[in-house]
Amino acid sequence: MLVVTTTRPLDLLDVDALHSEEELAIRAVVRRVVDDHVRPNVADWYERGQVPVRDLAKEFASVGLLGMHLTGYGCAGAGAVAYGLACLELEAGDSGVRSLVSVQGSLAMFAIWKYGSDDHKDRWLPGMAAGDLIGCFGLTEPDHGSDPGSMKTRARRDGDDWVLDGTKMWITNAPLADVAVIWARTEAGVNGFVVPMGTPGVTAREVKHKLSLRASCTGEIVLDGVRLPADALLPDAKGLKAPLSCLTEARYGIVWGALGAARDSLHTALDYAGAREQFGRPIAGFQLTQAKFADAAVELQKGYLLALHLGRRADAGVLKPEQVSVGKLNNVREALAIARQCRTILGANGISAEYPVMRHAANLETVLTYEGTSEIHQLVIGQKLTGLAAFG
Amino acid sequence: MKIVVLVKQVPDSGADRNLRSDDNTVDRASASNVINEMDEYAIEEALRLQEAHGGEVVILTVGPDRATESIRKALSMGPDSAVHVVDDALHGSCAVATSKVLAAAIAQQGADLVICGAESTDGRVQVLPHMIAERLGIAALTGARKLTVDGTSLTIERQTDEGYEVVTASTPALVSVWDTINDPRYPSFKGIMAAKKKPLQTLSLGDLGIAAGEVGFDGATSTVVEHSKRPPRQAGNKIDAGDDGGSKLVEYLASEKFV
Ligand SMILES: Cc1cc2nc3c(=O)[nH]c(=O)nc-3n(C[C@H](O)[C@H](O)[C@H](O)COP(=O)(O)OP(=O)(O)OC[C@H]3O[C@@H](n4cnc5c(N)ncnc54)[C@H](O)[C@@H]3O)c2cc1C
Repeated sequence: MLVVTTTRPLDLLDVDALHSEEELAIRAVVRRVVDDHVRPNVADWYERGQVPVRDLAKEFASVGLLGMHLTGYGCAGAGAVAYGLACLELEAGDSGVRSLVSVQGSLAMFAIWKYGSDDHKDRWLPGMAAGDLIGCFGLTEPDHGSDPGSMKTRARRDGDDWVLDGTKMWITNAPLADVAVIWARTEAGVNGFVVPMGTPGVTAREVKHKLSLRASCTGEIVLDGVRLPADALLPDAKGLKAPLSCLTEARYGIVWGALGAARDSLHTALDYAGAREQFGRPIAGFQLTQAKFADAAVELQKGYLLALHLGRRADAGVLKPEQVSVGKLNNVREALAIARQCRTILGANGISAEYPVMRHAANLETVLTYEGTSEIHQLVIGQKLTGLAAFG
Repeated sequence: MKIVVLVKQVPDSGADRNLRSDDNTVDRASASNVINEMDEYAIEEALRLQEAHGGEVVILTVGPDRATESIRKALSMGPDSAVHVVDDALHGSCAVATSKVLAAAIAQQGADLVICGAESTDGRVQVLPHMIAERLGIAALTGARKLTVDGTSLTIERQTDEGYEVVTASTPALVSVWDTINDPRYPSFKGIMAAKKKPLQTLSLGDLGIAAGEVGFDGATSTVVEHSKRPPRQAGNKIDAGDDGGSKLVEYLASEKFV
């Protein structure tokens, strides 16, 4: 009998040796949660375009996944690298499932945690950490995506109250959220508002017919004369840099997350190629297939080392936004290339929902676009290198 | 109520497991080691009792240095502290000797209740719970699929092949559990971070008043003399779908206790 010893792509460089025991323990828990609660069901959720967000949120909250890198208010207070590893494992399940955790923790909770009043934090964060309350983050509009500074949503004062009008588009979890952090233009510039989704004048509609990120709920929020008390304003969020700082948090998670989708694609393709025979032998034995695997494994590990470098800088409190742009640009781009390449190795089975690879590839198209498109990250890096802004 | 939970580190039953060629003991050094699966159910049951009735949960492990990994994992589920008996002289201990060490450590802790898994996936002897209870002179409620505690009185449903038996006793007592008893929680991130700081006491045989010669190869009541790999699987039995095919199939399933 042929005895084959194989090494998993991420074990080639023994990257586990770069982690603390605590980081590995946290990763092990997330891997188990994903194995138990995501993997068995996600193909079905994807096909139906429906995902039990509230059940998943409760399950994730039970281990401390929601807002895990924040402190206080029931949050776990884990480090940035541990958070990254959690994103990787979640996205090895599905990018949409990772998005749920990113939006809840890094966008909605982080905005309230960083810029909210004590009342905001007490009112919302414990319930959000516990998975009882779902949050969303409304920055993008139908006509303003990459250029949120030109947003049309307005907040005007009426006595002490605020009145919001406008439309937010492509908002993850909007149709089922309990609360939205809405970014709107005021006389002072861009401000953030904590908007309970039950407020009169707020309506949310689900975006249907998605061909990517189908195991995630996406929606449109219409704000029609939404009257909010004075204290709905996030007091410490001044200007566009506030929502952009939230995006930096979430993008950091994506730098890791995308690697998860790539790793799962690569593992699937390796297992498949070892078992699938053509021309009388396993297709894994063909040189062309091995070149694909070698290139994919090399990119996966380079991306991992990049993510870890950013994570260690984040834990040291010195991570810069443009560094996150480097990570997001590279890791999502390479993850997509890996998923597509792995898809070819599965042949016809590669297009089947029986295997996760095509799902990952399709998901990564969204991941390439949201949280700053690749082009926008190129412009961020280009501006750093040249001193010239090429956005407008 | 003070609950001591027995936790053993074992080679992962899902991975390749071997006996050592030099002394026929379980190869723990090269294995990927995990908490004995059934013990996670014991921990969960102890934590549920603590949540309902208060008290303290202590993990007790006998094993080599590297068993601390499993102890930290056990602590990350929520127990308060752990005791680790580690001593080079323990290598090669049989079940009888191991029960002596565990019983001494439990006696030193002064437990109201001892909870453990019904078996370990490496030894699979299923006798340790009984031996420990015997040594301590406390009731042994073994093979539980359900445990209820009312003050000092304990009731279990003991799982049997046909159904279950109801067995009662009062504390102090030992309960061994099957994996039907509960659904163990995942360690939480907070639990993982807190586990590092929880008290972990290390004891030697001397601390328990046990002489080296009473355990290990010297004190063993049984020794593995030789071992060989299980032969490869034989072809299965084929039952033809003839007239009595159905009843033959049922007979076979019943003989293997599948039905
Ligand atoms: C599934 C999904 C979930 C999402 N969830 C959220 C959410 O929860 N909250 C939220 O606020 N948003 C969310 N988004 C929106 C997302 O952030 C935006 O789609 C993204 O910012 C891009 O905006 P756009 O789609 O309007 O594209 P556009 O900005 O119109 O860009 C179209 C193309 O033009 C390019 N482009 C634009 N400007 C330039 C330039 N100056 N130079 C060169 N190229 C340029 C872009 O790179 C892109 O290739 C989500 C999107 C998706 C698909």
